[in-house]
Amino acid sequence: MKPTFWHRVDKFARDLTPFALTFILLVIGAIPFHIPGFAQVAPLLPMIGIYFWAVYRPDLMPSAAVFLIGLLHDFLSGLPVGVSALVFLMVQGAALAQRSFFFGKSFVIVWIGFMFVAAGALAMEWVVLSVIAGEFIHARTALYQFGLTVAIFPVLSWMFTRWQHAFLQVE
Amino acid sequence: MLVGKMEPAAFERARAQVTDAVAPILDAVSRPLDVAHDMIGEGKTLLALREENARLRAGQDRLLQWQAIARKLETENKALRELLNFVPAPDTKHISARVIGDSGGAFARTMILNAGSRDGVRKGQAVITGAGLVGRVQEVGLRSSRLLLLSDLNSRIPVVIESSRVRGVVAGTNGETLRLVHLPPDVVAAPGDRIVTSGHGGALPPGLPVGVVSVVGESGIEVEPFVDPARLEVVQTLDYGLDGIIEFKAGRAEKSR
Repeated sequence: MKPTFWHRVDKFARDLTPFALTFILLVIGAIPFHIPGFAQVAPLLPMIGIYFWAVYRPDLMPSAAVFLIGLLHDFLSGLPVGVSALVFLMVQGAALAQRSFFFGKSFVIVWIGFMFVAAGALAMEWVVLSVIAGEFIHARTALYQFGLTVAIFPVLSWMFTRWQHAFLQVE
Repeated sequence: MLVGKMEPAAFERARAQVTDAVAPILDAVSRPLDVAHDMIGEGKTLLALREENARLRAGQDRLLQWQAIARKLETENKALRELLNFVPAPDTKHISARVIGDSGGAFARTMILNAGSRDGVRKGQAVITGAGLVGRVQEVGLRSSRLLLLSDLNSRIPVVIESSRVRGVVAGTNGETLRLVHLPPDVVAAPGDRIVTSGHGGALPPGLPVGVVSVVGESGIEVEPFVDPARLEVVQTLDYGLDGIIEFKAGRAEKSR
């Protein structure tokens, strides 16, 4: 049976949600919480979204979408344009490369994988920005940011998993 | 990134448009957060009321003394100005704006304000609170603008040491303190010296408080800013009327070396 028009609209809307959720994370990351020092160490929420969807549903999160999220992140956070786009694409690339390894493994393995990927990504960001600035920039806050991002990964991951089971058809 | 370096103007427009588009969302979401934050603040204030009262009484006595001195100086100043035919600094206009975005992450120190070009905000304007300088306007959209905080790596503010009138530049380090650089070689700064804007460059009014020298060491002079950006909710941009004299761009090119 040929799917009806509304079926297709429905599927399209559902398939768009990984991108939409990641975008929402991006906006949440820009809200001022007025907690002293928090803005500098706030977890990099979009990175979690990108990694999660790259591991579990890469078909719904194409590289172009990742690039777009990265660009928007640069625009919103005031970083030089393209830095986050590059870093996020690296996260996606790393996740895709290890995808077959993660397949069927327990959540802890995926989490540890994220730890390595996030560490690499933040280090890369630091290197790129240091090159642009022409000097070594303070990286201590990035360490805290790394810790918080890794710490919040299970929470978001759980939410994404529920979302996936509820709204996204299996491959 | 390379394209960004080659076509800064196009990207700046794109950036301002994206910020503009997201501004209403951020504005809506940040309001309840501000209320919650205010309520927590109220609670804390109530707890510390007695102590606060005693401190304020002591402070008031001191301030009254200062007021007397200020009055005396004001009349003296006025008289001297009249004697000299002094050209006064142009009047400044204040535009108040709420902080609706604080998304710097670990490597950038910027904030998004809910006022833009239609409210009179212009690029390069000083952004202040009652306590002192916060930073300056980096980009302007129609209804939002981006504030570059003093602590950002790209921030350079021409300043003077208040007591000795020696000129220098306060540079952001991405860390919590600022650095005082480009001082003449033989100048000594001591911890406790107040740093204020010099007005050189034309975009910032002279005399805005920036910070206090905290550490003078081998690695340079560190300045503790007066304003803690983490707690900012409402700021004012200063329309000084002179922001066209020196292009803000020129300063940026020098900064991004």
